[in-house]
Amino acid sequence: MKEASPAKAYALHLGVIALLFALSFVLPEYHHGLLARIMVLAVFAMGYNMLFGYVGLLSLGHAMFFSAGLYGAGLAVIHLGWSVPAAFAAGLACGALLALVIGVLALRTSGVAFMIVTMMFAQVFYLIILYFAAWTGGDQGLVVPQSARVLVLGDTSLGLTNPTVRYMSALVLFSIVLLVALVIVRSRYGRVLVAIRENEERTKMLGYDTFSNKLAAVVVSGTICAASGAAYALLFGYVGSTFASVQYSILPLLWVLLGGAATTLGPLIGTLFMYYVVDITSGYTSAYLLIVGIALILLVLFFPRGILGTIRQRWLGWLP
Amino acid sequence: MHFGPHLLLAALEGLVTSAVLALTALGLSLVFGVMRVVNVAHGEFFMLGAVLAWAISTAISGHPALSFLAALVLAPLIVGLIALVSERLVLRRLNYNPEATIVATIGMLYIIQQLALTFYGPEARPVEPPFSYRILLPWFGYSGYKLSIIAASALLLVATWFVLTRTKIGLVMRATQYDSETAQAFGIPVDRVYAGVFALGAMLAAVAAVLIVPISQAHYLMGQDPLLLSFIVVIIGGLGSLRGTVVAAVLIGLSDGIISVFFSPTLAKIIATLLVAMVLVFRPQGLFGTASR
Repeated sequence: MKEASPAKAYALHLGVIALLFALSFVLPEYHHGLLARIMVLAVFAMGYNMLFGYVGLLSLGHAMFFSAGLYGAGLAVIHLGWSVPAAFAAGLACGALLALVIGVLALRTSGVAFMIVTMMFAQVFYLIILYFAAWTGGDQGLVVPQSARVLVLGDTSLGLTNPTVRYMSALVLFSIVLLVALVIVRSRYGRVLVAIRENEERTKMLGYDTFSNKLAAVVVSGTICAASGAAYALLFGYVGSTFASVQYSILPLLWVLLGGAATTLGPLIGTLFMYYVVDITSGYTSAYLLIVGIALILLVLFFPRGILGTIRQRWLGWLP
Repeated sequence: MHFGPHLLLAALEGLVTSAVLALTALGLSLVFGVMRVVNVAHGEFFMLGAVLAWAISTAISGHPALSFLAALVLAPLIVGLIALVSERLVLRRLNYNPEATIVATIGMLYIIQQLALTFYGPEARPVEPPFSYRILLPWFGYSGYKLSIIAASALLLVATWFVLTRTKIGLVMRATQYDSETAQAFGIPVDRVYAGVFALGAMLAAVAAVLIVPISQAHYLMGQDPLLLSFIVVIIGGLGSLRGTVVAAVLIGLSDGIISVFFSPTLAKIIATLLVAMVLVFRPQGLFGTASR
């Protein structure tokens, strides 16, 4: 990796955020709603990328962190009547706690065993949601009532069902996570993570405690994914067990692979691209899983670096 | 019915599950043992076997035993061919990199599942059993076909064991498993061994599916449970160990049969999955396996 000029990188990221802000005023209604959803899911992908891209740990169970945030926030509103900020915090706390527990257990393994263990824990989480259907709504899911989805800031109250408020909330979350990711990646800690990915033994020999660094990465990654899930529950008003299924562990992997692993903007590009491909093709065929499958195989065969990864390698070496 | 006969019935059902599971898991275990590839699409090869069995047995009219026999021979062959082609086109080009192959087999899973949905449809369809003889026990009558599944599976397992330990093919496979580079240096066509093992693994899953389809039904999503259970069996039994796989399959099948009589199936699955995850975390070589090299 070439030494990046910080000003250039920050300017690019602020530019992307400004572009997304401007798009809010010009996009037609349908795409406006779609982009809000994509930004929230891109946060999910960014959380996944923290672990997969930078530490090189391939998890097949990140749906559990997303749905920990989803259910943590959603159930706090539905059953406990909590306010929006409190519910969001509850979602984050659930995700962070779950990530800590899973991290301590799963990081005892590595490679293929790590993938299978995370997949199995996610499956347990999914089955638990189905088992406690009385509270979680089982596979039907639950709707978060519109009346509860109001953000009270001082004297003004913002209804999260309003499209503009929803878009802006999604953008704020996305921007915060994007900048946090950029700062983490450029920090000393971020470099230690990359060092672990490249050669764990060597990093250990240099005196770094790789286990606690990896554990911290799992918790950061899980918390970001939970933030995405909590925002999804509050902004779009639905919690359902589909979001905990294996498919939602595979999707962030696909988005990150497509956009480019270990690039800060890759998750956004991957999510945007895949969402629109599925959206456009679903007009012709219902077989969207077929497209996901073919995309996965073509990506690992021909573009293992993804879109931004390839661009960084060929032309723009300074991309973070 | 009293407790004793009830337990016997649960145990018999469990043994049928074990028999099918042992074959499916053996396929997964062989592929992992020899190629170091975790085949996530394994359950879909199982599903393809069942769906093809339905297609073949409806295409061939005549006595159910005849059409079933045709399905038992043809369906695994077709599935093996599909596996062979996908191995050549995808896995080989990835150089069997463990992580890339997992992603690629996830892709295969989606493709096969979606194609089955498109061409076969969302219905669950039955296949007629080759014979419908009932064995009368003092407490209840039991399907003779189910018992013949256990026998057929045992026969196939013994045959696989014989091939692996007593023939040249088995020797070549074990040499590749032990050290593929040295095997290559001794003139073993490692590349072709991999292709053959991948096809064989898929065929074992397909045979298991053809055997089970007369008592369950063919459905495009039926591959998911066998995949998870096979993973569990392979992990408990120790990767690449035939004896461990069979013992674990009987253990899992029996306890699955007995637990689901007394507890809710979801709770049983939660407990089983959690236990296996813990085995992987704290004893990665499996309960019966020896530490890996």
